[in-house]
Amino acid sequence: MPSDRQKKIRNFCIIAHIDHGKSTLADRLIEKTGTLTQREMEEQVLDTMELEKERGITIKAQAVRLIHNDGNDEYILNLIDTPGHVDFNYEVSRSLAACEGAILVVDATQGIQAQTLANCYLALEHDLEIVPVINKIDLPSARPEEIKKEIEDVIGLDCSDAPLISAKVGLGIEDVLKAIVEKIPCPNGDEDAPLRALIFDSYYDPYKGVVCYVRVKEGTIKKGTKIKLMMSGKEYEVTEVGIFRPSFMEVDKLQAGDVGYVTASIKNVRDARVGDTITEAERPATEPLPGYRPAIPMVYSGIYPADSSDYNDLKDALEKLQLNDAALTFEPETSVALGFGFRCGFLGLLHMEIIQERLEREYNLNLVTTAPSVIYKIIKTNGEIIELTNPTNMPPTTEISYMEEPIVNASIICPSDYVGAVMELCQEKRGIFKNMEYLETTRVMLHYEIPLNEIIYDFFDALKSRTKGYASLDYELAGYKRSELVKLDILLNGDPVDALSQIVPKEKAYQKGRAIAEKLKEIIPRQLFEIPIQAAIGSKVIARETVKALRKDVLAKCYGGDISRKKKLLEKQKEGKKRMKQIGTVEVPQEAFMAVLKVE
Amino acid sequence: MKGLYIHIPFCKSKCYYCDFNSIVNTEYQDEYIEALIREINLLEEKNFDTIFIGGGTPTILSIKNLEKLLRTVKEFTPKEFTIEANPGTLNLEKLNMLKKYGVNRLSIGLQSTDNKVLKKLGRIHTYEQFLINFKDAKSLGFKNINVDLMFNLPDQNVNEFIETLLNVIKLEPQHISCYSLIIEEDTRFYNLYQNDELNLLDEEEERLLYHTMINLLKENGYNQYEISNFAKIGYECRHNIIYWSDDEYIGVGAGAHSYINGIRYSNVKDIKKYIYNIKNYGNAIEEKNILTKEEHMAEFMFLGLRMNCGININKFKSKFNEDVMQVYGNEILDLIDKGLIEKYGENIRLTEKGRDLSNLVFVSFLK
Repeated sequence: MPSDRQKKIRNFCIIAHIDHGKSTLADRLIEKTGTLTQREMEEQVLDTMELEKERGITIKAQAVRLIHNDGNDEYILNLIDTPGHVDFNYEVSRSLAACEGAILVVDATQGIQAQTLANCYLALEHDLEIVPVINKIDLPSARPEEIKKEIEDVIGLDCSDAPLISAKVGLGIEDVLKAIVEKIPCPNGDEDAPLRALIFDSYYDPYKGVVCYVRVKEGTIKKGTKIKLMMSGKEYEVTEVGIFRPSFMEVDKLQAGDVGYVTASIKNVRDARVGDTITEAERPATEPLPGYRPAIPMVYSGIYPADSSDYNDLKDALEKLQLNDAALTFEPETSVALGFGFRCGFLGLLHMEIIQERLEREYNLNLVTTAPSVIYKIIKTNGEIIELTNPTNMPPTTEISYMEEPIVNASIICPSDYVGAVMELCQEKRGIFKNMEYLETTRVMLHYEIPLNEIIYDFFDALKSRTKGYASLDYELAGYKRSELVKLDILLNGDPVDALSQIVPKEKAYQKGRAIAEKLKEIIPRQLFEIPIQAAIGSKVIARETVKALRKDVLAKCYGGDISRKKKLLEKQKEGKKRMKQIGTVEVPQEAFMAVLKVE
Repeated sequence: MKGLYIHIPFCKSKCYYCDFNSIVNTEYQDEYIEALIREINLLEEKNFDTIFIGGGTPTILSIKNLEKLLRTVKEFTPKEFTIEANPGTLNLEKLNMLKKYGVNRLSIGLQSTDNKVLKKLGRIHTYEQFLINFKDAKSLGFKNINVDLMFNLPDQNVNEFIETLLNVIKLEPQHISCYSLIIEEDTRFYNLYQNDELNLLDEEEERLLYHTMINLLKENGYNQYEISNFAKIGYECRHNIIYWSDDEYIGVGAGAHSYINGIRYSNVKDIKKYIYNIKNYGNAIEEKNILTKEEHMAEFMFLGLRMNCGININKFKSKFNEDVMQVYGNEILDLIDKGLIEKYGENIRLTEKGRDLSNLVFVSFLK
């Protein structure tokens, strides 16, 4: 039975497809409940990272406590904001586990999208009460009744009294608050039982150490409590507990049903991973909360400093980022072409791009990144199985019995007009059609089995461009499948460049080799000598292009003593040169290493 | 050596390739000359080895303004006193005036002897007008005349340029400058170029032409002493050599640059602002840049290497109290290796290949 205190608590999250208005609704709820004054209110309060604001996405989970008075009683509403991207699915699932309910925001002009659906099913798996909300009803193209029907038909949720709102103009926010109080169950759990608190996010603060975002399921935690992390087994003493308003506000204790934070001088997020359970050291719970799994990298790529003297800075920066990102893995590697660097593992391509961008922006590093690769399994003739994350390490073909590559189950939702285009794309990407269902008369959901390495390159962009942006995609790893794969090498000036090697499907190798050679010809600037570019499989050259030698690079004008002008031109040229990587005698621009991916 | 540069930012019309600081509106001419004279009179330095009046088109000035200006600098008695002159703005009267006030070097902008080409460049004159000016100047006793030419011009083939060159050689000027067209932003050519409407030589042809030109000039007694400059012995432009030799100079006028005591200054470019600032504050300096030793050394290298004689190792040492090989050893050896520069006695200089790829060389000395 919930206690009287618990009866006044609601823990919920908002799930939505990107751009359906999740963050805007969160802003309105914060504003409406007076959590922040107008002056403190900054657009999209919860997306604090510069990158999150720029890209309009949520990367890290965030939480805020709202106080809502419905006229009779005062309620504590704990809103947990979840990441929306498929790369961060695991974090979503942990955030959901901290809630009793979820608001499902659906855009009244667009209807259900692949990610809405995926997250919604995730919420149902966690037995969350789902409150559908139809957003953007102020737009002329809004069709709330159709969308309600779609939600009822596809997900099976009752939408008869779903609030019709516009988060942007602040319409219907009261109805949402009312629905939260009335529909979402309050938490329960014995406040005196042995402590069990779920870590649904954690981040490293240079002053406090790791700040764990927790949902207390059972028991009580306060300053001085000796705690134990059930997965890592490590013990600490709590230095502070508090709530989110939305900035940290210290409180005496957190009890079963509460959402808040705990600090305990923990030095590394690895020791307090998302999904782990906090219990008391002296009176531990018998079982941890269910569902913990470490985040597993799916995509690997080499990250190298453009200037080899920055190696240690890069290492420091990766270590610092890792403090906050348990999913990021890295280990040192060496490339003949690029020198010393790191092979880094990411949850997906977005995760990879974010890490790169943060390294370059926040740590001011100039990087060379190699083409991302998935993990291939190589079954050698002697029976040994290798997990290959770097194409360079592929053993000679004579030692390989066969290879396997990771496959995903992809679901794509698009208007029925684009089914042909989507199928064509999936076909090109070696997809295997599974089935297709109509969500409504004009919208279709397609299921495909597609190799992950086709997805991580430019699949999403291609999907968007071929469907005028209407299609949405979700996928999950479905295991490994035997496949005909070869290593495609690129030679510059006769020498293979290890960092440009890729594993490609045999059937596409020829076409890909040609495309890469052509692309590199465009990218590599002319130099003092002619540079042959070759694509090869083993010793067989399958494509060749030539970068002609540079004959002229002169700007010999007299600017009447204006030296600074000439100097600025030279400095610009020097900057361009600095962004080049010297490989043997050839200077290669950094973008070459990524550009080899983006060929058709 | 110390030079004085005087900028006249007016032109009759803007040539299609030009991005220098000049305007077509001459309504501020009187005020500008007044400000210019004030700036010159305020100079503490009165000793100059060279004076160079450049533009724009200095010879666009009215006789009255020209005389005012020349009178102001008369006392400086430089060894070399150049004025840039453009056909179409030059006449016997002005030439006489220049002669009278001690101008001893003319730099005449011709660009081409082909009237069709001149028209395409947006020049305001014909070859015939140039010939009249040139002959007048010679007959008045000007013994140091430069003719400015350009090559790699739109629709100009190799033979047409060689013809221009031969025409000019026949006139026996003491100095010839020959610049390969550079497409600069904010010019009419830039827009045409962007739209692919400029028919220029390809790189191979352009370089072939450049080297043919060097040989042809050499056969006729014109030695190349800088990437784009050729002179009969003893007629090298001392003023430009000041720029390239890390010597000091003062620039007066809108947008003019100065270099004194290891500090680079520049005046405000806008003509009205220049006039206002000089009137009200007695100077129009907009930027001041104190060179670090590192910058200074880099400039010494990339300016000096423009000249065929290159940089002198001992001069580097006495200027910076460091051995050039200590500072730039890696860069120099790498460039020698690539065949772009060479050691020549106590000098380091560009090779023929290095002159084609001089930016690659210069960039090496920047940090």
